[in-house]
Amino acid sequence: MARVGVFICHCGENIGRTVDCPAVSAAAAKLPGVVVSLDYKYMCSDPGQQMIKQAIKEKNLTGVVVAACSPRMHEVTFRRAAAEAGLNPYLLEMANLREHCSWVHQDREAATAKAIDLVRVMVEKVKRNRRLYPIRVPVEPTALVIGGGIAGIQAALDIANGGKKVILVEKSPSLGGHMARLSETFPTLDCSQCILTPRMVEAASHPDITLMTYCEVEKVEGFVGNFEVTVRQKARFVDPAKCTGCGSCYQKCPAKKIPSEFDAGLGYRTAIYTPFPQAVPNKPVIDAEHCIMLTKGKCGACAKVCPRGAVDYKDQDKLVKVKVGAIVVATGYELWDHSAYGEYGGGGLKDVIDGFQFERLASASGPTGGQIRRPSDGAAPQTVVFIQCCGSRDEKTGKSYCSKICCMYIAKHAMLYKHKVHGGRAVIFYMDIRAAGKGYDEFVRRAIEQDGVEYVRGRVSRIYRRQDGKLIVRGADTLAGQPLTIEADMVVLADAIVPREGAESLAQMLGVAYDTSGFYSEAHPKLRPVETATAGVFLAGACQAPKDIPDAVAQASAAAAKVLGLFAKPELEREPVVAKVNQVTCVHCRACIEACPYRAIEDVDITDSRGNVIKTVARVNEGLCQGCGTCVAVCRSGSIDLEGFTDEQVFAEIETLE
Amino acid sequence: MIKAEQHEPTLAERLRKATGTNVVECYQCGKCTAGCPMVRYMDLAPSQVMRLAQIGDAAALDRLLASTAIWSCAGCLTCTQRCPKKQDPAAIMDALREMSYRRGMVSAKQKKVLAFHRAFLKIVEQTGRMSEVPLTGLYKMTSGDLFSDVLLAPAMMLRGKLPMVPKAISGRKEVKRIFAACRKRGER
Amino acid sequence: MTAIGYYPGCSLHGTGRELDQSIRALSEVAGVELREIEDWNCCGATAAHNLSHALAVALPFRVLALAEEQGLKEVLAPCAACFSRLKGTAVRLARNADLASEMKELTGHDYRGGVTLLNIIEYVNRLLAGGLKDKLNKVLTGLKVAPYYGCLLARGEDIIVGDNPEQPTGMEAAIRATGAEPVAWNFAVECCGGGFSMSKTEAVVDLSCAILSDAEAAGAQAIVAGCPMCHSNLDMRQQTINAAGLGNHDLPILYLSELVGLAAGVDPKRLGLDRHFVDAMRVAPGRA
Repeated sequence: MARVGVFICHCGENIGRTVDCPAVSAAAAKLPGVVVSLDYKYMCSDPGQQMIKQAIKEKNLTGVVVAACSPRMHEVTFRRAAAEAGLNPYLLEMANLREHCSWVHQDREAATAKAIDLVRVMVEKVKRNRRLYPIRVPVEPTALVIGGGIAGIQAALDIANGGKKVILVEKSPSLGGHMARLSETFPTLDCSQCILTPRMVEAASHPDITLMTYCEVEKVEGFVGNFEVTVRQKARFVDPAKCTGCGSCYQKCPAKKIPSEFDAGLGYRTAIYTPFPQAVPNKPVIDAEHCIMLTKGKCGACAKVCPRGAVDYKDQDKLVKVKVGAIVVATGYELWDHSAYGEYGGGGLKDVIDGFQFERLASASGPTGGQIRRPSDGAAPQTVVFIQCCGSRDEKTGKSYCSKICCMYIAKHAMLYKHKVHGGRAVIFYMDIRAAGKGYDEFVRRAIEQDGVEYVRGRVSRIYRRQDGKLIVRGADTLAGQPLTIEADMVVLADAIVPREGAESLAQMLGVAYDTSGFYSEAHPKLRPVETATAGVFLAGACQAPKDIPDAVAQASAAAAKVLGLFAKPELEREPVVAKVNQVTCVHCRACIEACPYRAIEDVDITDSRGNVIKTVARVNEGLCQGCGTCVAVCRSGSIDLEGFTDEQVFAEIETLE
Repeated sequence: MIKAEQHEPTLAERLRKATGTNVVECYQCGKCTAGCPMVRYMDLAPSQVMRLAQIGDAAALDRLLASTAIWSCAGCLTCTQRCPKKQDPAAIMDALREMSYRRGMVSAKQKKVLAFHRAFLKIVEQTGRMSEVPLTGLYKMTSGDLFSDVLLAPAMMLRGKLPMVPKAISGRKEVKRIFAACRKRGER
Repeated sequence: MTAIGYYPGCSLHGTGRELDQSIRALSEVAGVELREIEDWNCCGATAAHNLSHALAVALPFRVLALAEEQGLKEVLAPCAACFSRLKGTAVRLARNADLASEMKELTGHDYRGGVTLLNIIEYVNRLLAGGLKDKLNKVLTGLKVAPYYGCLLARGEDIIVGDNPEQPTGMEAAIRATGAEPVAWNFAVECCGGGFSMSKTEAVVDLSCAILSDAEAAGAQAIVAGCPMCHSNLDMRQQTINAAGLGNHDLPILYLSELVGLAAGVDPKRLGLDRHFVDAMRVAPGRA
């Protein structure tokens, strides 16, 4: 005999304002099988949950319907309460009186009638629910971190120091990411590489971190606790086991005029190269597109001078499969291409540069040895204009969002310029100053009050090179209410922060959501900033949204904590809402196998005691099944059913509605 | 639900209806001011015109309609082209000019500009087309600027660029009626 | 012979006469008949949209309606300002049925949206693609010109379509087809002062002087323009600019149609080159 308890939640005013909860409770009490029906202001609260637990025990309930918000909100909460009271959690269902009723209707009478229907539907279902038990899957306690910048390095170190193994994949030849390209960091003006390289070395030498540089993720299969990731190890043409990093090869390489990606096109590198002197690992790779030997079959200088014979022109890409239990995505960002601004020269003005290019000019290890020299003629610019919000906060041509870090790094750039070019003039055109971090506002004020940087509030309409060589910057001073034109020698544009190229295809590989700007979506904007909606995949750093180094590091540590939490138990519990095949009636038409989006159904032979195959049927892999129900819909013989949403239960819901 | 009472449309609402631009969205970045070729002749920079339109009270409207700014605008569309918020300051200028003219608030310093536009339209109203000779004559009389460019006239004539006898089109009565009907319309 | 509707606009009978002449001559060479809209009225230019929005729509509306009534599906408006008014109105009408019925009532004409407008650049490019290119000789080889679009041949998103408003290239192919070389310069889309020639001459003098100076500094021997207003400000007003002590400019200003006309072998006088204030005849081959 069914003994169902119904609990109606007012959800404060959210439901109670539109639905007459006491009336619903009274109507529910009359439903066949319902032995207790109560309503309360906040069912999810402690007293609310106590009410349910008490009723379960006192009335010996066989099923519970909580009529409240969406199950996506609190199904977990209420099922846990039921379990604590001794009732199998899958004998508890929720009727959604909020998102499906009070939030979408205004007529109180009609909404209340609908609420009663919704309750009745779930009562009919829950009477047919069966006890279900969680499925346990083993967890591979190894993490994959994609991206070897500061966020990836931090996450890898935290996970490894927590006692678990990490595979750190980085697509460029070295760790370090963008932070390795910066000269100094705000607000302390610490040398960027000085604080970064110790971390890089630590990550490379950590016994529990396997470093895979010059590698890219190619395919991701599996699910939380059990991912199988295919990684492409790009051909390096240099055997890292033999190479000592002596550097003889790139000193002799005749292909010297390849624009260096690390130096943002302001300097050159050779075809066999390490991206920068402090690279980790400090082993060169050969750029196959520009190597004379690999493209034309001539040269071979590097192989000749290598004392260890480490150069191997026959090297090939390799595909490696790794098994991991969790993935942390830390792929970072890049700068928006400002050639979309025709009014700023359309990308054709040589002395109009972006933030990374300025960083390379200011860097002691950069193409100009840390001296500020403009690209066109190498002269020291006497007047530099910096333009904030270039491509940010611009719905028309660029991105609608604020890129968060530009106000701070432009202040830094202007200060570095003033320190290095004595008597130089720095003018910053801005719309607002966003300096909300610790010591940040003081940093900007220092630029203005101590270093003499001029801040002008107004956007720039146009930049062009006058025929005499000066860059004419037509801006505005909105506070004074007048235009302001500056004759500059160089202009630095704070281009918008955008996700890296390839971020979208990686997201699709991982099954991770991303927004219209391409940034990866966190599971909840307020309360779950490092998880994604995909179990087992976490986010760290600027791939999720523009952020500065302290925030990237904090987020990386947070992601590591989530991973360690996931790995804390040897087994993961999965929801038992999975499909099951009745092997007696299955005719092996394989429609379900073809239809399953998760490739979770396989063929299995049923044999007799002698090993002869009697028939072949379909079987659902409970570890992979996501409970979507597609197989149930396509099965012609009605041999598949979904636990927790059986045909019997669902039809009962439908039939009870007139 | 509380229903909004009928109220006098604000200046922002009127401008939105007239131009499609909601000045509330302007975030006062100044790019319009930065690129305006005529700003040196204006008592209000274009971004200040947008700001006053946002404020929209009687005092702000008075300043706008009496300004030299709106009459110094060349309608070059640089502001509209580059506005990051997709606003149309050029259209706002147009709408304010019409208001200023209808209310007789045109700045005395812009006498010549107004005289030119009026003279132009007068000729069109009478004949259906504009013609340089009557236009210049009417303009000089109404603007008081009698002597500039006098030497240009013979130069133009020598080059055959001054048609002496402007022809009126057959449909000039239609055109007159169009002018009259437009005059009767209320402010946008 | 193909035919196209023709809206000269008021200035093409007066200050912009060379534009009318050169367009007609070029069309003849290309084998295109220009069918002038009968009884067309002034489009209202800047004066109408400055003083009365209703008038600014109604005057072009009548023109469009007449064109449609006369069976002209396409209309060439060589003056950039007229083109802007006519096409701008057509676009507005297409988006707003209420406006169309309002104008119908106000003007007594019915316009159903059946007219496409062409500006001077679109027209010349079409002629070139339609076979005129083969009739051109590169007689202007060695001539460096600054292509000047001004405001209304570059901006107005719904009106100028298919070119970059900040760095337009629409005139380039036509210029190169004559053998002339377009120079890279900074003032291709800067305002010349527009309609302020008489009522705010100082603005025109300042702005047009800057245009001339940059073209000269870029090595241009002539400016190629597409708008009679711009042409007047740069050509007719060049002596005013010099008289104001702002330089010693001597830069011929040519219409795109005049330039291409020369390459088509049309007599320079027939193109109207002898009507300019700044000697333009010297650009014609054999006359330097």
